[in-house]
Amino acid sequence: MILQDSRTLLDVRGLHATVNGTEILKGLDFTVKRGEVHAIMGPNGSGKSTFAKVLAGHTAYEVTAGEVLYEGRNLLGMAPEARARAGIFLAFQYPIEIPGVGNSQFLRLAYNTVQAERGKDELDPLEFDDLVREKMKLLEMSPEFLGRSVNEGFSGGEKKRNEILQMALLEPALAILDETDSGLDIDALRVVSRGVNHLTSKDNAVVLVTHYQRLLNYIVPDYVHVMEGGRLVKTGGKELALELEERGYDWIEAEAKAGAPSRGVSP
Amino acid sequence: MSALLQSLVSQPYKHGFVTDIESDVAAKGLNEDTIRLISAKKREPEWLLEFRLKAFRHWLTLTPPEWANVKYPKIDFQAISYYSAPKAKQKLASMDEVDPELLRTFEKLGVPMHERATLANVAVDVIFDSVSVVTTYKAKLAEVGIVFGSISEAVQNHPELVRKYLGTVVPSGDNYYAALNSAVFTDGSFCYIPKGVKCPMDLSTYFRINTEQTGQFERTLIVAEEGASVSYLEGCTAPKFDTNQLHAAVVELVALANADIKYSTVQNWYAGDENGLGGIYNFVTKRGLCKGVNSRISWTQVETGSAITWKYPSCVLVGDNSVGEFYSVAVTNHHQQADTGTKMIHIGKNTRSTIVSKGISAGQSNNSYRGLVKILPTATGARNYSQCDSMLIGDRCSANTFPYIHVRNHGAQVEHEASTSKIGEDQLFYFAQRGIGAEEAVSMIINGFCKDVFRQLPMEFAVEATKLLGLKLEGSVG
Repeated sequence: MILQDSRTLLDVRGLHATVNGTEILKGLDFTVKRGEVHAIMGPNGSGKSTFAKVLAGHTAYEVTAGEVLYEGRNLLGMAPEARARAGIFLAFQYPIEIPGVGNSQFLRLAYNTVQAERGKDELDPLEFDDLVREKMKLLEMSPEFLGRSVNEGFSGGEKKRNEILQMALLEPALAILDETDSGLDIDALRVVSRGVNHLTSKDNAVVLVTHYQRLLNYIVPDYVHVMEGGRLVKTGGKELALELEERGYDWIEAEAKAGAPSRGVSP
Repeated sequence: MSALLQSLVSQPYKHGFVTDIESDVAAKGLNEDTIRLISAKKREPEWLLEFRLKAFRHWLTLTPPEWANVKYPKIDFQAISYYSAPKAKQKLASMDEVDPELLRTFEKLGVPMHERATLANVAVDVIFDSVSVVTTYKAKLAEVGIVFGSISEAVQNHPELVRKYLGTVVPSGDNYYAALNSAVFTDGSFCYIPKGVKCPMDLSTYFRINTEQTGQFERTLIVAEEGASVSYLEGCTAPKFDTNQLHAAVVELVALANADIKYSTVQNWYAGDENGLGGIYNFVTKRGLCKGVNSRISWTQVETGSAITWKYPSCVLVGDNSVGEFYSVAVTNHHQQADTGTKMIHIGKNTRSTIVSKGISAGQSNNSYRGLVKILPTATGARNYSQCDSMLIGDRCSANTFPYIHVRNHGAQVEHEASTSKIGEDQLFYFAQRGIGAEEAVSMIINGFCKDVFRQLPMEFAVEATKLLGLKLEGSVG
């Protein structure tokens, strides 16, 4: 039985997941309240990206145990598109190229689908064009992006901006940013971070999956979690990220083995 | 996932009903008497009977082509009936006398047989099994000197025109199925645009096979005189039968100096069921002759139906500066097989050709592009651009590209680009993560993939083609 607090947005308990028969998530616990920014860090292969994809409902991953409540609903019973419409947004580590499909057409369809779900008005192409151009300014994107195919031929930085543009349009309640900082130069990082900060409010939450502390200089987290072997093994404040930057992950592993109590649940 | 993809491409065929109408069907079998019977039924002049018999005798010496990447059992040509016509009491004086059952059939198919607003500004020649049942807007077209109607009628009313051009682009002995068609063709459309006339409306022929075990062998001939231009559309459907039916058509286009012919096809013959039972064998020879300088012939095809498609709409570019174009979308699903493409034969100086081919394969189907670009020594300054893209849906289908390029003039420029892509799980997940379901995602991807071809289609056809593709591929994603 999970006790719900009205501010609780996401509650993950004992989550196990496999891909191609290999268990990646091994009993993960995680709670996110509205208005919070969480960072999940951890070494390669610890399961960070898998966790992000499992929350979004990627079909290649099979959940074998545990439960996930999102706004009090059973998230695992929802199709990926239903999760997106309910306000879960994943900024992809490697945004997918879709040749032949125009970016503006794609963005408008996504926007209108989510708007319809929220009982709001859909926009016609002209109205949408005004809206998207406004949002693009925030990310310092040139309007010529609209005329191109989705992510096709975009540089790494352009793809990441396009992800955050989608976040700005869809206004998710829970945004999961999977290594959005990787492949960004310092200027792009600043622009993207500013975009994300602009979008955070007391009603939504952001989960940053990242390798590097530097992103957290721009988007300051309320909590930093360390993932290790498919579980969150340590949770701290933003200073934990600095400590990780300095000392690496080995000491956490040692601490975890020594049995130090740590749960990936915000206090 | 591939189950979802699969269910998305597998929509029931909507046009599979049979019209219950009394038909005059010739006995099965093929020999010189069959041909004489067809010729007599159509009250043809002697020269046409001779044309048929010559083709038949030549056909007897040929063997079916086996080079295409398709497999099917040997066709028993004696088990097919070569003539089937809905029985009409006498010659029709007006539309009101058309059998109401026929009217209902074409209404159901969305083909306007009345000259009214449904498809305003498109004249239609409607062909049911072996005969043309009605042609709309004939009188209006005649005002500007355009002859449009069934080829049988043209043989009666304009024999000199038919005789002058018939078999000049596709000779009666051209290939196995063209020879067969030349021997037994029953009807088809004829269109003649006089000098300097821009056809004021799109012309269209709608083909319907109704009777089981009948072959449909139609013959279409379009002639655009100097400076004339026309846009022509062709649509086709057939009922669902468990047996295969043969459709071996010949289409000939002739463009004289500065003439422009645009020929668009949406082919939706019955494709057989999900196990590959039944469906049409679509063995068609289509060729256009750019005879005069600055002439242009453009083929656009959307091929979604037929159990087997064997078809290469081609352009022979004789006139200097003439232009040939081929835009194709071929979709195969279940056990369908398609071997389709084009031939661009450059003979005149500065001739140009463009080939854009998009193949989409789903299910266990097999989709091949086969194209020839031939530049003869005389074709100085010739240019060709070819682009052949294949898309795979699921992992049990196949796509092949067989480009043949023969260049015999050093000044020629030939470009060929090819790509293969797959609608992948990751693409669908990306759409899903933005709230867009699989069906909509696939339709968006496919339409994006095909848009270079779709934008060549006349408006009504483009809408039709987009819908058709959506239906065709519905249920194939998963």
